[in-house]
Amino acid sequence: MKELICIVCPNGCRLRVDEKNGCRVTGNSCPRGEEYGKNEILHPVRVLTGTVRLHGASLPRCPVKTRGPIPKEKLPEAARALCRVDVEAPVQTGDVVLADLCGTGVDLVATRTILP
Amino acid sequence: MTEHQLVVIGGGPAGLSAALSAWEAGITDILLLERDKYLGGILNQCVHNGFGLHRFKEELTGPEYAGRYVELLESTAVRVKTDAMVLSVSPDRTVRYVSPADGCRTVHAGAVVLAMGCRERTRGAISVPGTRCSGILTAGAAQRFINIEGKMVGRRAVILGSGDIGLIMARRMTLEGAKVLACVELMPYSSGLNRNIVQCLQDFNIPLLLSHTVTDIIGDRRLEKVVVSAVDEHRRPIPGTEQTFECDTLLLSVGLLPENELTRALGAEMDPRTNGAAVYENMETSIPGVFACGNVLQVHDLVDFVSEESARAGAAAADYIQNGETASRRTLTVENGNAVSYTVPQRIRMEAVDQGVQVFFRVNRVFEKSAVTVTAGEKQIARFKREHMAPGEMERIFLPEKLLALAEGETITVSAEEAEA
Ligand SMILES: Cc1cc2nc3c(=O)[nH]c(=O)nc-3n(C[C@H](O)[C@H](O)[C@H](O)COP(=O)(O)OP(=O)(O)OC[C@H]3O[C@@H](n4cnc5c(N)ncnc54)[C@H](O)[C@@H]3O)c2cc1C
Ligand code: SF4
Repeated sequence: MKELICIVCPNGCRLRVDEKNGCRVTGNSCPRGEEYGKNEILHPVRVLTGTVRLHGASLPRCPVKTRGPIPKEKLPEAARALCRVDVEAPVQTGDVVLADLCGTGVDLVATRTILP
Repeated sequence: MTEHQLVVIGGGPAGLSAALSAWEAGITDILLLERDKYLGGILNQCVHNGFGLHRFKEELTGPEYAGRYVELLESTAVRVKTDAMVLSVSPDRTVRYVSPADGCRTVHAGAVVLAMGCRERTRGAISVPGTRCSGILTAGAAQRFINIEGKMVGRRAVILGSGDIGLIMARRMTLEGAKVLACVELMPYSSGLNRNIVQCLQDFNIPLLLSHTVTDIIGDRRLEKVVVSAVDEHRRPIPGTEQTFECDTLLLSVGLLPENELTRALGAEMDPRTNGAAVYENMETSIPGVFACGNVLQVHDLVDFVSEESARAGAAAADYIQNGETASRRTLTVENGNAVSYTVPQRIRMEAVDQGVQVFFRVNRVFEKSAVTVTAGEKQIARFKREHMAPGEMERIFLPEKLLALAEGETITVSAEEAEA
């Protein structure tokens, strides 16, 4: 039995995951918690957020996120990859700024609309 | 002097939501004043995710959450002035502001919503000893440097205080290639959300030193090291427990202070427990027609609740403009009882209560299985069960009108207690 804190939402439910019983999750208040609990034992994932260089606007950085979660152990490598990304204004929220970040199959997207 | 139905001060999530809900309630002449170049307030620098799970049922980043509101606002005829700093508000609702485009202007409003947000406590406010070297900044200032300006603030950092901003910055600094040596917290518990302790500290093996504080700061021009000591139950440093961390950066995450210079100068009654204005059930301050919401009223952890509270303030301002003052023949004062540090609202006008009243509060220590009780004199009028409560997490209860009607005296008291098994 493993005790975890669900990080999906600010409620921070205390989960118990039974590794011996097909990773059965208890203590969650919603289905997202169940998914998180299972993943956290089998293959932990996180959404990466950060910023990339922006050209052609009064702001020097454009905020970005991975469109979905990526394997937790890829975080440092993926964060370093952000240093090599350049975008040009205008940018729209949701625009893909880098496809398939570090072979995760997940795209990096802009999170702010910035006009030149 | 120009006349507007409603003037909203501050274009963060609170001001945006208040302006929108007043618009939806039928107010067509709204002026929103924001001193920054962009709308969105503090959310623009909060590039991490975790916003909007309540409001939009999706996990958004700060800029995305703000963007949704800005888009909604653009579909209305609310007039927005950015780069416009409000200098004063007077009790007759005259608002003075200054901007490069308009110079110094005075406008009069039928109602005013105060939504100026909050500032961080600085080194001065908590008096850390040591030399005055560079490299010491608040976590929010570091967040602005890194996320908005694209400038890294240091290579080896210690974080004092375990508020959410400090935790978020521990992760942010690490992902940007810095080494975060420790997060040091004076209290025996963290004031940040559990989820942030997990995903910002534990994910990166950053130690959280509870019941510890910084007792010396050493550096000539730039910070060179900080000394950290354990503290006893009276929060006094224990001699002999000193450890030294070599670092070039110390981030302070030691709390937020509502930015209420305008509110004080206006003469609105303040609540020393929240450092915000004292408000009625509809977010109205002691000055008729002036409302307050968001972090300027009480420091929130969740932007979703800021939006919700502010929507109520906006709707109430609309009601004031359309129907005039709220009757107040009978007013209940809400008091904080056992282990509760404050409540918002502070007062309830019984005639104004429609279906019920939402009461926000914080507890002053950690509770496991527990209950929140509302009493009027000796009589308990409501009881709510909780599995867990902590000072870092704002609590709220909804008091239906039926229960409030049971209160006979002039005060009701909100208290917290351990639940008997
Ligand atoms: C660093 C940080 C991290 C956070 N992380 C999270 C999180 O992960 N999840 C979450 O849900 N919540 C989070 N929050 C909380 C949430 O973002 C805030 O509670 C919310 O932004 C407060 O909104 P506000 O509109 O009251 O204040 P603000 O966003 O501060 O907006 C106030 C606005 O008023 C303007 N203003 C002030 N004075 C004047 C004046 N005199 N004239 C004109 N304009 C003025 C300011 O420029 C500012 O734009 C975080 C907050 C901070 C500070
Ligand atoms: S289980 Fe559901 S409610 Fe509980 S923290 Fe996780 S996401 Fe939030």
